[in-house]
Amino acid sequence: MGYLGESLLTALELIINLDREVRTTAWVSLYTSSCAIVIAALLGVPTGLWLGLNRFRGRQILLALLNTLMALPTVVVGLLLFGLLSRQGPLGPLGLLFTPLAMIAGQTVLATPIVANLVLAAVTGADQRIINTALTLGASRFQAAIQLLREIRFGVMAAVIAGFGRVIAEVGVAMMLGGNIRNSTRTMTTAIALETSKGEFAFGLALGVLLLSVALLVNLFLNVLQQR
Amino acid sequence: MFSLQKLVISISLLLFLPSTGFAVEHLRLATTTSTDNSGLLAELLPPFERANNCQVDVIAVGTGKAIKLGETGDVDVIMVHARSKEDKFVAAGFGVDRRDVMYNDFVILGPATDPAGVKGNNDAAEAMAKIAHSKSTFVSRGDDSGTHTREKQLWQKAGVTAVGNWYLEAGRGMGEVIVMASERIGYTLSDRGTYIAYSDKTPLQIVSEGDKRLFNPYGVIMVNPARHKHVKVDLAKGFLNYLTSNQAKQLITGFRKGGKQLFYIAD
Repeated sequence: MGYLGESLLTALELIINLDREVRTTAWVSLYTSSCAIVIAALLGVPTGLWLGLNRFRGRQILLALLNTLMALPTVVVGLLLFGLLSRQGPLGPLGLLFTPLAMIAGQTVLATPIVANLVLAAVTGADQRIINTALTLGASRFQAAIQLLREIRFGVMAAVIAGFGRVIAEVGVAMMLGGNIRNSTRTMTTAIALETSKGEFAFGLALGVLLLSVALLVNLFLNVLQQR
Repeated sequence: MFSLQKLVISISLLLFLPSTGFAVEHLRLATTTSTDNSGLLAELLPPFERANNCQVDVIAVGTGKAIKLGETGDVDVIMVHARSKEDKFVAAGFGVDRRDVMYNDFVILGPATDPAGVKGNNDAAEAMAKIAHSKSTFVSRGDDSGTHTREKQLWQKAGVTAVGNWYLEAGRGMGEVIVMASERIGYTLSDRGTYIAYSDKTPLQIVSEGDKRLFNPYGVIMVNPARHKHVKVDLAKGFLNYLTSNQAKQLITGFRKGGKQLFYIAD
């Protein structure tokens, strides 16, 4: 049997048996990515909304900056935060390097620009008359913005899903800030990198299939939420 | 909007769920990929973790990086294999209480066709000189690891400056370098453990072995607590004692991969 068939079989076996190690690894991936995307949404949605609704000097520059941040290489984020969080860095006393919290911080930095940008796009594409209508009906600026958000909820959901996709699939931040520690900061992606470096290609690919299945489940879950 | 609220709430709950293993004490160990990837640590660490109710966080990197992490105090203990660098590390006051743990050896790998005619030559420096003079492809780790350090020492002994388009600096781990050397039909220096783990995946063969200059001792060093106050001294000391205990020695010499012993204890 070929290498691909063999990996698919290994993947199936792993998913059916769900041995403890694989389960922990999948959980670490899910946990850190979920925390990161929640924080990124809390930061990114208001930012996107604010940028979409206000016109001010320097807005174009801010937009260009936001677009650039979307292209942030994961290893650059990893490197910057490594310098900040290392015992020699300014945040060193917190002892955060090589903990799940460090990974969450890095992944938040990665996801926030994506969420903000896609929310901004949704705001731009929405019917701006909603704001005026709401204001005429006596709503405050804040209430009007909430009304608009309700209108563009599918766009917001898409932004969150895109951000989640970026963080659960990335390996640079998880490797550099987490350190690939077994049962603590080993995620699906760093585990794949490790298995590949050990020459366990089939096992690595099997983990890849598992990662896709986890992503699929999360997206199905989000879909159900969206349809309610 | 309701759907979004539900989503945020349901995922926010995750934030408050405890992640795995936050309660027990953690000991940070920076070590080389050769000890971790071989599976040795998975056998060696659990008895210590059980006895001390702690978790050893293993950060597997190259020797150079492991030493750097010790210098910055990002780990409590380092276990590496590059004696010259270890001594420098201790002499500069970064680490204390260096102890010998175990040893294995390096082997020179090459293609079955052996274009440099190295086979059977068990003088490592001579073998390296032959590879250089025939300008056969050589893949170097190029990552400041213990293996890379040893390779540079061997070039020096061979009186060769390794430059040219035959000399490839990969900057990757041992496994990847073996794969790369196989693909490029070249030579490389590897620790025996990684080679055994890869022997059914690579056509490369051992072309030179047994030279005492290929001897590869591993040492364990505690990061100097006088320099970094957060180092877990008691746990780290306990770990050093454990690694040099009879129990650990038995686990190390008893460790087999593919029926072969990978690590030995110096007496």
